[in-house]
Amino acid sequence: MAETVLTSTGQGAGRLPGWQGIAADWASDQRAFKNVSWGKAMMWIFLLSDTFIFSCFLLSYMTARMSTTVPWPNTSEVFALNIGDTHIPMILIAIMTFILISSSGTMAMAVNFGYRRDRIRTAALMLVTAAFGATFVGMQAFEWTKLITEGVRPWGNPWGAEQFGASFFMITGFHGTHVTIGVIFLIAVARKVLRGDFDVERRGFFTSRKGYYEIVEIMGLYWHFVDLVWVFIFALFYLW
Amino acid sequence: MTNATVQIEGQLHAHAHDAVATGVAHAKGQQHPIKLYLVVWGWLFVLSTCSFLVDYFGLHGYLRWSLILLFMVVKAGLIVAVFMHMAWERLALTYAILAPPIAVLVFVSIMVLESEYTHLLRVLFFTTPS
Repeated sequence: MAETVLTSTGQGAGRLPGWQGIAADWASDQRAFKNVSWGKAMMWIFLLSDTFIFSCFLLSYMTARMSTTVPWPNTSEVFALNIGDTHIPMILIAIMTFILISSSGTMAMAVNFGYRRDRIRTAALMLVTAAFGATFVGMQAFEWTKLITEGVRPWGNPWGAEQFGASFFMITGFHGTHVTIGVIFLIAVARKVLRGDFDVERRGFFTSRKGYYEIVEIMGLYWHFVDLVWVFIFALFYLW
Repeated sequence: MTNATVQIEGQLHAHAHDAVATGVAHAKGQQHPIKLYLVVWGWLFVLSTCSFLVDYFGLHGYLRWSLILLFMVVKAGLIVAVFMHMAWERLALTYAILAPPIAVLVFVSIMVLESEYTHLLRVLFFTTPS
């Protein structure tokens, strides 16, 4: 929010740059994050809490994998596919990664067009993002089905360490849930953009608050976070 | 009036003002050329491809790990800095969000030591000599 509350000395607080700015922001008897709206700050704080949850999952997986004496399945081969006659290692994860990155690209552009109040382009880009997200979840469903038919369970698998199944279903399942919620969130906001809710300041159904185009950026933060988590899962689970 | 009421009034005012100002303020604040996003998008593709090539060429040992972690960190940095606009946020928010995950790295190092110790004990007591 642009407006700064005046302090008792009548000075606008928290406009200093650098470390002095941090001290002034945090020491102020007001809101800490000047120029950052509550909506955005709260989404960031939610994402921070989500970071801890995903960190705990990845850490447990790391601990299980490093301490087991049974060989870990070769992920490069587990996620290989036969396309035509060629056997390509890790190809499924490669396609999923590129799809998710692309969805992040279209989302970032949607935020931009949102602030330009270009309703059609914003909504279209958000729906493209949602379509990429749905494709990702669909491929994940395929991946799960394939592994389950091959005998992977949370308590075992045909190729080695039992913890592989538990880690796989827990980590990718939790991430897939996030993507699914994101797709729903995207469609809901895209509908509001398309309908012009943020131009006429129409009040929300549940909150009866006016919405602003900033919600596109806030939900963009969520979506990019989902992509961000995938970067870590991809490196630590699939490439390890 | 107490401090709190002054504060709340200030915020209400800020809200009312926001209705008008949000569009304008952010149109200036978080509007970056589309080209920037396309360039970052391109780099994310390149970096992901590099990660897969590490696996494809079957690199091993420290080389594999330094490359995978390097590409991971650069990708994460690009997403957070540009796509999530962190590069343009106020420092107070940036540090509030980026400092706690650094504590997770301490946790990671503790758990690496712990799991190596567990592994050692398992090798000593549970594995049958072959």
